[in-house]
Amino acid sequence: MSLEEAGVPTIAVHTQVFERLARMAARTGGMPTTRQVFVPQPIVGKNAAELRAYIEGNDPVSRRPFVQEVIEGLTGPLSSEDMTGLSFERSTPRLLEPDTEDNLHQLFLEQNWTDMLPIVLPTEERIEAMLRGTSHDRGEVVANLRPAQFREFWAITVEKVAVNAVMAGAKPEYLPVILALVSSGITARSSSTTSFSTMAVINGPIRGEIGMNDGIGALGPYNHANAAIGRAFALACQNGQGGSVPGETYMGSIGNGLSYSSVFPEAEERSPWAPLHEQHGFNAGDSTASVFLGGWYKQSYYGPRAHWQERFRRCLTASEVYCPPLIVMDPTAARAFAKLGFDTKEKLIEWCSENAKVPAEEYWDDQFANTLHKPWAVAGIEPYASRYKAEADELISAFAADDIHIVVTGGESQPACFMFGGLFRGADGPNQPMSIDAWR
Amino acid sequence: MAQQISVHDPRGYPPKVVGKQLAPRLDSLDGKSVYLVDCLFDNSEIFMDEMRDWFAANMPQVNAKIIKPRESWVDDPDMRASIETDGDAAILGVGL
Repeated sequence: MSLEEAGVPTIAVHTQVFERLARMAARTGGMPTTRQVFVPQPIVGKNAAELRAYIEGNDPVSRRPFVQEVIEGLTGPLSSEDMTGLSFERSTPRLLEPDTEDNLHQLFLEQNWTDMLPIVLPTEERIEAMLRGTSHDRGEVVANLRPAQFREFWAITVEKVAVNAVMAGAKPEYLPVILALVSSGITARSSSTTSFSTMAVINGPIRGEIGMNDGIGALGPYNHANAAIGRAFALACQNGQGGSVPGETYMGSIGNGLSYSSVFPEAEERSPWAPLHEQHGFNAGDSTASVFLGGWYKQSYYGPRAHWQERFRRCLTASEVYCPPLIVMDPTAARAFAKLGFDTKEKLIEWCSENAKVPAEEYWDDQFANTLHKPWAVAGIEPYASRYKAEADELISAFAADDIHIVVTGGESQPACFMFGGLFRGADGPNQPMSIDAWR
Repeated sequence: MAQQISVHDPRGYPPKVVGKQLAPRLDSLDGKSVYLVDCLFDNSEIFMDEMRDWFAANMPQVNAKIIKPRESWVDDPDMRASIETDGDAAILGVGL
C-alpha cells in the first residue's frame, strides 16, 4: 500500500487460504480495492515447474488466468472507490447495551470475545473491584497489540485489561501480573501459521503473595492464580488486538492448547540456581513476568541418567531452529545437574549451545532459517553469516547460548525436563523480564 | 422477565482508518520496468524467478527485475525508494 501511495501501481500475490485475511488487511489499511491475486496453497516445498504451473494456471479465487489478473491489476481502469479509498472510525463503547445474563453470555460467544469456555460477565461492580488491584489510571494505555506483523495495532487500556481479567475469573490481586504480561506488547494470540502460543514465567515475591503453584502440576490446571492469570493474559490480547478469529485474525494451522493458559512461577526456593529474573538484571525482591513466544513443541526427558548427553543432544537438535529451547526442569533434575558440575544455569546452557549441532545443510533446509535467518546471514550478521558460510556437512550450533533458557518448577515427583520452543521477548527486545511491581 | 444487567465491552481501541487512493494505472506494460518484490518467505525466491522467466518468454518487452527487502517481515524504505525511482509497477509476493 505504501508503493501505491507513492504512485507505483502494485499487485500483491497471496496463497488462497489468506484471502479473507488479505482483504480484511486491505480494508483496515484504507485501501479495500488494493489489487490482489491468488495462487494455490502451498508455495513452500514446490519446485520451479510446480510454481510455474501456478503462474500459468488460474487464480483459485477468481478462477481467471493468474497472469491476466496480474496484468489487468496493473493496467486496468480505476473505479471511483479506487480513487478515494475507505475512511471510517470505529469506536469501542465502554459499556454494552443492557441485556439478560443469558443473552450477554450468548453475545460474547457469538462475537468471538471468549476462548469458547464460559466467562464471568464483566459487570461495572466487578470491574471497579478489579481496578482496586492497581494504582494505575483506568485510562492508561498498557500496550499496543496486533496479531501479526503488518496488521494494525489496537490500544488496550488498564480498564480493558481489567475487563478481560474479570472475564477470566481473575482476582484483583492478580491484576499487576496480568498488566505486566500485557505490557510486554507480545500477544498471547499470535496469528502465526505455526500456531505460536505465549508462555510466561513469574518470578519474585508476588508468587507467594497470590498463592501461585510451583509444585506438583505447576503447568497444569491445578491452581487458580496460575490458570486465571494465563487465561486473562490470553483474553486481554485476543480482545485488545481486535480479535483472534480463524481465517481473519488467526491463521495457526494446527492450533495450540497452551494458548488457553500457560503461566507458571519458578520454584526459586527449591532450585540450585539463580532464578530467571536475577539472571536478567533484577533483584531477588523484585517481581517479574517473562514472556516466551512459541510453545511449539514439547520434548520430555527424565534424568539425568548415564546417557543424558545423547538424549539431550537429540532433544536439542530436534528443536526448530527459529524457536530456541525453553527448558523447564523439575527441582530434582536441576539439583542432579548441579551435582554433575553444572552449578549455574549458564554452564548447562553453554553445554546445550555447544552440543546443539546439526549439519549446515540440515540447518538451512528449514522454512524459518530460510525466511528469517538467511537475510541476516547475507547481510553479514553473526552468527548467521558463519552458519551460512559453513560447508554442507559441517556441524554448526543451531542456538547461541543467549537464546536458550532454563526455568525450574515442579513438584519433585519425577526428575522431569521438558523442552518447549520459546523466544524470550519483552517490550524493548529479547531476554527482558517485565516488572510486575511497576503495575501494583 | 429476567433482570437486565450492564457489562463492559472487552475490546481494545482500533485506530482510525484513513482512505488511500490507488496509484494511476499504466496504459500497458510494454517498455515498462516491473519490480518483482521477493518478500523472502521460503520458496518465494523460486516463484519470483519463474515470474521473471515468464515475462521474458511471453512479454519480452517488459523489463521484469527482482528486488528483495533487507530482511523478512519488516518495511524496507530503501527498497521502496528504489522501486519508486526506477520502477513503473510492482508485483509483491509471496507467502506460504
